Amino acid sequence: MGDSPDSAAITVEGLWKIFGPRAHEVLDGDDRHLDPVALREKTGCTAAVRDVSFAVRPGEVFVVMGLSGSGKSTLVRCLTRLVEPSAGTITIGGEDVRAASPARLREIRRHRVSMVFQHFGLLPHRRVIDNVAYGLEIQGAARAERHARAAEILSLVGLDGHADAYPDQLSGGMQQRVGLARALAVDPQVMLLDEPFSALDPLIRRDMQAEVVRLHREVGKTMVFITHDLSEALKLGERIAIMRAGAIVQVGTAEELVGAPADDYVADFVRDVPRANVLTLRWICRDPEPGEPLDGPELPAGTRVADAVGVASASSRPIKVVAGGELAGVVDRVDLLAFLAGQDTPARAKA
Amino acid sequence: MNIRLLAGLVALGLAVAGCGGATVDGTAGSSAPAGGSSASAGSAGTVKIAINPWVGYEASANVVAYLLENELGYDVELPEIKEQLAWEGFETGDVDVIIENWGHPDLKKQFIEDKKVAVEAGSTGNKGVIGWYIPKWMADEYPGITDYRNLNKYAELFRTSESGDQGQLLFGDPSYVSNEDALIRNLKLDYKVVVGGSEAALIKSAQQAQEQRQPLLFYFWDPHWLFSKTELVRVNLPPYTEGCDADPKKVACDYPEMDLDKIVSKRFADTGGKAYELVKNFSWTNEHQNAVADDMTNGGMTGEEAAKKWVEANPTVWQAWIPK
Amino acid sequence: MSSTAVSAAAGLRLPRWAVPAGAAVVIAAAYVVFRGTATLPHDDEAPQFLAVTELREWIDDHRNDNPLFLYFLNYIRLFVGALYTFFQGVLHALGWPGITGVMGALAWLAGGRRIALVAVAGVSTFGVLGLWESSVDTLALVGVAVLLSLAIGIPVGVWAGLSARVRRAVTPVLDVMQIMPTFAYLAPLALFFHIGAPAGAIATMIYAIPPAIRITALAVSEVSPTAVEASVSLGATRRQTLVKVYLPLARSTMALAVNQTIMMALSMVVIANLISAPGLGGDIIRGLSRAQVGIMLPAGVAVVVMAVVLDRMTMALVDRDPHARLRRLDLVAAGVPAAAGVALIPVLPQVWPESLTIDMVAEVNAAVAWAETNWYAVTTFVKDATSYALLNPLESLLTSAPWWLVALTVLLVAWRVSGLRRALTALACLLAIALLGVWEHTMQTMTTVAVAVLVALVIGLALGVAAARSPRFSAVQRPLLDAAQTMPAFVYLLPALALFGTTRFTAIFASVVYAVPPVVRLVEDGIRAVPAPVVEAAVSAGSTPGQLLWKVQLPMARPAILLAANQGIVMTLAMVVIGGLVGAGALGYDVVSGFSQRTDFGMGFVAGVATVLLGVMLDRITQGADRRPSPRKRKVT
Repeated sequence: MGDSPDSAAITVEGLWKIFGPRAHEVLDGDDRHLDPVALREKTGCTAAVRDVSFAVRPGEVFVVMGLSGSGKSTLVRCLTRLVEPSAGTITIGGEDVRAASPARLREIRRHRVSMVFQHFGLLPHRRVIDNVAYGLEIQGAARAERHARAAEILSLVGLDGHADAYPDQLSGGMQQRVGLARALAVDPQVMLLDEPFSALDPLIRRDMQAEVVRLHREVGKTMVFITHDLSEALKLGERIAIMRAGAIVQVGTAEELVGAPADDYVADFVRDVPRANVLTLRWICRDPEPGEPLDGPELPAGTRVADAVGVASASSRPIKVVAGGELAGVVDRVDLLAFLAGQDTPARAKA
Repeated sequence: MNIRLLAGLVALGLAVAGCGGATVDGTAGSSAPAGGSSASAGSAGTVKIAINPWVGYEASANVVAYLLENELGYDVELPEIKEQLAWEGFETGDVDVIIENWGHPDLKKQFIEDKKVAVEAGSTGNKGVIGWYIPKWMADEYPGITDYRNLNKYAELFRTSESGDQGQLLFGDPSYVSNEDALIRNLKLDYKVVVGGSEAALIKSAQQAQEQRQPLLFYFWDPHWLFSKTELVRVNLPPYTEGCDADPKKVACDYPEMDLDKIVSKRFADTGGKAYELVKNFSWTNEHQNAVADDMTNGGMTGEEAAKKWVEANPTVWQAWIPK
Repeated sequence: MSSTAVSAAAGLRLPRWAVPAGAAVVIAAAYVVFRGTATLPHDDEAPQFLAVTELREWIDDHRNDNPLFLYFLNYIRLFVGALYTFFQGVLHALGWPGITGVMGALAWLAGGRRIALVAVAGVSTFGVLGLWESSVDTLALVGVAVLLSLAIGIPVGVWAGLSARVRRAVTPVLDVMQIMPTFAYLAPLALFFHIGAPAGAIATMIYAIPPAIRITALAVSEVSPTAVEASVSLGATRRQTLVKVYLPLARSTMALAVNQTIMMALSMVVIANLISAPGLGGDIIRGLSRAQVGIMLPAGVAVVVMAVVLDRMTMALVDRDPHARLRRLDLVAAGVPAAAGVALIPVLPQVWPESLTIDMVAEVNAAVAWAETNWYAVTTFVKDATSYALLNPLESLLTSAPWWLVALTVLLVAWRVSGLRRALTALACLLAIALLGVWEHTMQTMTTVAVAVLVALVIGLALGVAAARSPRFSAVQRPLLDAAQTMPAFVYLLPALALFGTTRFTAIFASVVYAVPPVVRLVEDGIRAVPAPVVEAAVSAGSTPGQLLWKVQLPMARPAILLAANQGIVMTLAMVVIGGLVGAGALGYDVVSGFSQRTDFGMGFVAGVATVLLGVMLDRITQGADRRPSPRKRKVT
C-alpha cells in the first residue's frame, strides 16, 4: 500500500457497508467495533464490509480472497456502487465514485469499469454476439459498429464461430468466455471479476485461469479478482488481500502471505500451500558459515525454492543466492531438505 | 414535456366544462332505436325488446318481433333481461320495449314520472292474475283446502326436503312479482317459500303433482297455456281490495287482476316511427297468447316459428296493428 | 387423518388430541345448554338492507347530477362502452369469413399449423352451433376486458415485481379479490356503473386483473438477479434494464399471465350477463330460466370451445422455443388465411349461414327428459338422503346455535389450524357478518359449503392418492383434469341442473365437480413430492403399501392437503353462491334476488359483502401455516 492515491487505478479508504434498518446509527456509534455476531444480536444489522482500505496499481491483478460470507462480493459491488456503501471513499481513475451523480455513475460503469459475474448473468434471449455487444448497445452505439467490435472481442476470447449461438447452447466455460468478452467489449480501464470461475469444473477452471493470464498480458487491464480459492489467488494475483468477517486481514504478494502470515488466520489459510512453489530462495538463505566454500552455483534470490532443487542436486556445494549482483546468502542441501521437510526455517522463525 | 402536460390538462378541462360531465342517458354503447343504426343495409332500424323469463311474455315479444322484421323491415334484438332490470334498460339504452308489464306502479312512478325515460304504450289486451294453486286432485280429496284458513291444517302434506318441517310454497323466478313472504308472515301460515328458479320448474312440478298425485302448493299466473293441459285449482286468499297491497310489508290479500300493458322508452316513443306505432297498436287476447306459448313450449317450435304460424293463421288480427 | 397417524405414533404423554377433544366437549355442552338462544334470525326488512336500498335509490336519482358520477364514473362507463362498441363493430364487420381467417392467422403465428387448425375449427363451431352472434359479442366483451385488464395488470405487476414494498401492498388486495366469489361484486358494480356491456366488462376486469398482476410480478421477480446486475454494472439506465432485461426474460411467463387473464375473463363474462352484459351468457341464463338444457348446452359448448381455442393459442406462446424466430414461411402461411378471410368478406354473408347450423335443442331436451324420468328414483333418493342426513341437521345446528358459540368455535378452530393472527381475522369477518344482519343465511350457505367441501375432499383425496400411486391412472386422469380446469365454472351447472332440478343439492353437485380437479391435483402433487429417499427408507424398513401411505406419504403431504382443502373451500363457496340461481338459496339467492327485485337490492348487496367476508373467513381458517400460492397452480409451476 505504498502507492500514492493519484497514481493508483483504484483507491479505497475506510469503506464500510452495513446492512440493516439502523445502519447509520451503528456506523456513528461504538457498536461498529463489535464482532459480527454480537452486532447482529444487538442491532439486527450486518456489517459486510468493515473499514476496508487498499489501493490497486494500474495494470495490476489485485485478488481479494476470503471464505464465503467474508464480504468480498459486497466489497467488489461497493466499488461501482451496485451496493451503496455506508461510509468511506472510493476513487477510480482519480474520480470520487461516491460523490458521482447517478448519470456520472452510469458513465463510470459504461466506460471505466466492467464486471464479470460468478453466474455469468448472460441474457438468455440474446445471441452471443448481442450479449457481448450489450454494453455498447446501452451506450447507444450503432448496430454495425457494436457487432464489429463484439466479433473482434469474441475472437480474442476464442469464441470464433459461436456468435449466433444462444448462451444456453454453450458449455459453462464458454458462457463465461462470453461474460469476459462482454466486460472487455466496452474497453474498460478496470475489470472486476467476482468469483468468475467458481461455478466451473476444475479442468475448465484451469483453462480459464490461463485465459485470464493471457488476456491480462494482451490487453493489460487493471483487474480486481474475487475468489475463495487460494490456489487461484496465488496463481493470478500480483497482490492478494485476505478478507475475514468484512475486514482485510493482510495485503501482500503470494510470497509475503505464505512466508509471513499476518496472523494465525492467514497462517492457517496458507498452511497447505506447497511452500516450495511459492517461496523464493530469499526466504531461506542464510549468511555463509565461516569456512563454507563459496564456489557453488549461483541463483537469483527470486528463484522459487522448488526450482533450486535441481541445481542443488547437480552440485554438492552450497548455492550462492544473489540479489542485485551482491551475495544475499547461501543455501545448501541440508537447508533445502530441512525446508522441504517442513522443519523450522529462517522464514518460519521470522514469522 | 410540462407544456404538453399542461395543454392536455387544459384540453381535458375544456372538454369537461364543455359537456358538463357525462350522463347516463343511453346515447352511448347502444345504437339508436330507429334510423342511424349500424345495422345492415336496408334496415329501418333496430328495436330492442327485453325478454322477461316467462313464455307468455316471449310469445307476445316474438309475434311483435316477427311483424317488425317481416312487415316493417326492422332489425329486432331480444336481450334476456329480467323485469326490473329491463326498466333500468330504458335509461341506459339497452331496452326499447317491455311488451308485457305486470303492474309495477313503483317503477312507473320512478321511470315514467320522475325520470321521464319511459312512457306507457297501452294495454296488451291480456288480463293477468297471479295466485297460489294446487293440483285438482288435492282440492277433490281434501275438503276446504282451497281456503287459506285451512292451509296450516294441511301444511304437513306439503313438506319436502327443501322446506324442512314447514309446508313448501314453490315459487318461480326470483324476478317475479311477489308478495309471498309477506303473505306467509301476515296470514301466519306455517309455510316456507322454496324458489324453483324458473317458470319451467313450476310447470314441471305442477304436471308431476297432478299426474302422480303428489301434493304441491305453488305460485302461478294466468294467462298460461298450462291451464288447458293440467287441471289446477286456485287457493283463495283474502280477497283483493283497492289499496290492500299498498305497503309491501303489510300485504295480507290476494293479487289483483291486472291489465297487462306495454312500456317503451321515451326515446323510442319519440323516434321509433312505425315500429313504435306497431307496438302501441299491439293488442290480443289471452287465448292468442296461450296458443303461441303452447307451440313454443310443447310444439317444439322456436319463438320465431311459433310467431310465424300464428301470424299466418290470424292476419285479420295483426293487420289492424300495422301503421298506415 | 394425518393427525390420527401422528397422534397414534406419539401417544406417550398427554395425548395430543386431549385439548381439542376437551374443547369440543365443552362446545357441545354449551350448545346443548344454550341452544335456541342468541340466534340471529333473518329479516328481509333489516335496517341494514333498507339503508343500502335507499342509497341505491339515491344514486339512481343522482346518477346524472352528482359530480362523482358526472365527472368520473360515467366517463369510465362511457369509455369502456365505446371500446366495446368498437370491438363489436370491428368483429361484426369482419363477419365470419374475416374472423375465421384472422383467428387462424393469429393462431398460426402463435403456434403453427396445428393450433391454426384448432382455431379455425373452434371459430366454425360457433357458427355450427347457431350461436354466431352471441359468440362474437362474447369475444368482443372478453377482448375489451382482457385488453383493459392487461393494460392495468401488466404495469402494476411489473412494478410489484420490481419493488418488494409495492408487492407487499398489493398482495392482500389481490388475495381478497381472488377469494371474492364472482357473484358478490355484481351488485356494487351495477350501483356504480349501471347495467349493460360496460358494467359487465368492468366486473370481468375485477375478476381477471389479479392473475395478470400476480403472474407478471412473479415473472419479473424471477428474472435472474445476476442478469440484472450485469446490465446495471454496464451502466444501463433503469429504463434500459427494464426494456432489455426484465421484460424479455419475463416474456414467456407473462404470456401465461395473458393466458390466465383470458381464462378468468371468459368464465366471468357468462356471469356478467346477470347485469345485462351481452353474449353467450344470455343463452345460458335463458336455458337456466326455462330449465332447458337444450338451450344451455350449445352455449356452454361454445364457451368451452372459445376457452380451448384461446387457451391453446396463448399456451403455444408460453411453450414456444425461446430462440425460435418467426420464419418468413410462417408469416406467409399465416397471411394466406387472413387475406383469404378478409377478401371473402364482401362475397360471403356476414352472419353464419343458417343452413350450416345444427340445431340440437330438441334432441338434448329429449335426452335430458329421458334421464330425468329414468333416473328420477336415484337422483331423488341421493338428493333427499343428502338433505335429510346432512344438510338439514347441520343447518338447524348452525342456525339454532347461539352466535357467540359459533364465533368461539370458529376462533378456536382457526387458532389451532392457522395461528392467532389469522384466527382473529376470521373472527372479525364473522362478527361483521352478524352485524350486517345476514347471519342465518350465512349459516345456511356455510352448511351447503361444508357438505360440498366434505364430498369434494373425500373424492379428491381418493382420486389424488390413486393417481399418485398408479402412473397409469394418473396419465388417464390428467388430461381430464386439464380440460376441467379450462372450463368456465358456470358450465358445471348444466349437468347438475339436468339431474337434480333446482335444489340445494344441485349447487353441491356442481361445486363438487368444480372443486375436485384442483384438489386431486394438489393431493397427487403433494404425495409425489415426498422425497424418494424417505419412501425408500420406509419400504426398506418393511412397510406395506398401506403403512407407507398412512404413516409416511399422507403426513408428509399434509401442507399440500391443507392447501387442497383451502382451495376447495374457496372454489366451492364461489360455486355455491352461483348456485343461488338454481335453488341453492341463502346468500346466493339473496344476491340473485337483489338483482331481480329493486326492494331487495340492499339485501342482495349486503349478502354479496357477507359472501366476501365468509370467503375470507373460510380462507383464513384453512390457510394453515403455509403461504397460499395463487390458485390454478397447474400452469404456474
